[in-house]
Amino acid sequence: MQVKITVNGTLHERDVTPRTLLVHFLREDLALTGTKIGCDTSQCGSCTVHLDGKALKSCTMLAVQADGSDVQTIESLAQDGPLHPMQESFWEKHGLQCGYCTPGMIMASIALLENNPHPSDEEIRHGLEGNLCRCTGYQNIVAAVKNASEKMGG
Amino acid sequence: MYPTEIDYHRASSIAEAIELLSQNDDAKLLAGGHSLIPAMKLRLAQPGLLIDISHLEELKSIFVSGDKISIGALATHAQIAASADVQSYAPALASAAGIVGDQQVRNWGTIGGNLAHADPASDPPTVVLAYDGVIHIQGQSGSRSVNAQDFFVDLFATALEPGEIITRIELSNSSSAKSAYVKLSHPASRYAVVGVCAVLEMNGSTCTSARVAVGGATMKAVRSPGAESVLTGSSLDDSALNAAAAAVKSDIEEFLIGDMSYPEDYRQAMAGVYLKRAVHAALGS
Ligand SMILES: Cc1cc2nc3c(=O)[nH]c(=O)nc-3n(C[C@H](O)[C@H](O)[C@H](O)COP(=O)(O)OP(=O)(O)OC[C@H]3O[C@@H](n4cnc5c(N)ncnc54)[C@H](O)[C@@H]3O)c2cc1C
Ligand code: FES
Ligand code: FES
Repeated sequence: MQVKITVNGTLHERDVTPRTLLVHFLREDLALTGTKIGCDTSQCGSCTVHLDGKALKSCTMLAVQADGSDVQTIESLAQDGPLHPMQESFWEKHGLQCGYCTPGMIMASIALLENNPHPSDEEIRHGLEGNLCRCTGYQNIVAAVKNASEKMGG
Repeated sequence: MYPTEIDYHRASSIAEAIELLSQNDDAKLLAGGHSLIPAMKLRLAQPGLLIDISHLEELKSIFVSGDKISIGALATHAQIAASADVQSYAPALASAAGIVGDQQVRNWGTIGGNLAHADPASDPPTVVLAYDGVIHIQGQSGSRSVNAQDFFVDLFATALEPGEIITRIELSNSSSAKSAYVKLSHPASRYAVVGVCAVLEMNGSTCTSARVAVGGATMKAVRSPGAESVLTGSSLDDSALNAAAAAVKSDIEEFLIGDMSYPEDYRQAMAGVYLKRAVHAALGS
């Protein structure tokens, strides 16, 4: 099936089989491998992207469902430019260890701040319930999001 | 993991969706996809044709009409949680929608898909049942309405007939009642291990009418007539709450489900605890 999907500002026209998940379309058809796959059950959030401005687990949508939509992946944040304040904050506050959950965590955190620019620690923890991290124990992720909210004028 | 081979069609009207659904035995409607796609990835569901209804604008709106609130089947959990009308007419539904899954799930999952899927661990069925909601359905032979009481039939089974689509969910204005939904969430998925919704009409400190529904612990969302009759006429003091908790536990006995992590007896005990919490949350006490 023919689809037109705008990813990080570029329109892509591709022929995909309907069972292709959006995450596979991004990683395999477009070679945007920043978006990760960490589970088979829609629980880990490492595949989080923004679709038409809303956070989405891209393993839980077919590419054909996204036909006509606008997708932002982790690669959109610092296209040859300076890091996004959220990326900087994860760096500064040690919000990652192995880094596998990080792209999804950052995309989910940016969506979280869009809906709530001044979150408390508690609200950050609840807001990131859809993203699992096996390394950090979350403490520094919360600190990173807090830091980013200050940097971003929150 | 990949789903099996499928065909995909984006419906441009309710009539077209119903037509395609009726003509294809192995077709399934696709709304937010947040129950169906995970099931397809695990090969628990293998439809041959997906009919994507998610672009049918007329099923997205939430509006008040007279003393009722009407919620389109395609309203997302996030949309319901943020709706001032739902917050006022059916506050426990707004708060339940706000604790479904996580932000990503709430952005895409819809109330129609949630009710149709009738996952025992879902939140909205319990709340819609406690508010005595009505489910509006359309099929090839026209429209009909089913009370929530009759809609949830069994584990993953509803009163929907083949070829039918949920169009709207209608609830009466409960803004004068005290209501709340509380749940014990599964730590990874956030699905309900136990969820209880209480809707209480009060006259001063006396409860004049109570509706109590339980989900998560049970194969489908169920009302607890025992707890409702204990609470009605009481002042919701500790002895009434203890008696209501005991009544809930016995009412749900025949419907209990469990698994390795949360066996039946644990869920049954928690239903009693969460009933008390639901009443306290409703009263703000
Ligand atoms: C990680 C994760 C966590 C979750 N946690 C929770 C939770 O805590 N609580 C909770 O309640 N839910 C939870 N969910 C489920 C979520 O709420 C789903 O979105 C919802 O159950 C299904 O809605 P949908 O729009 O995604 O439906 P779909 O997946 O598109 O469809 C589900 C089923 O309903 C049918 N269907 C869809 N729309 C209609 C309609 N209008 N008429 C008739 N049939 C229809 C479809 O054919 C399909 O069989 C979770 C999901 C995930 C992935
Ligand atoms: S890969 Fe999408 S949620 Fe785990
Ligand atoms: S940093 Fe390793 S999973 Fe989060």
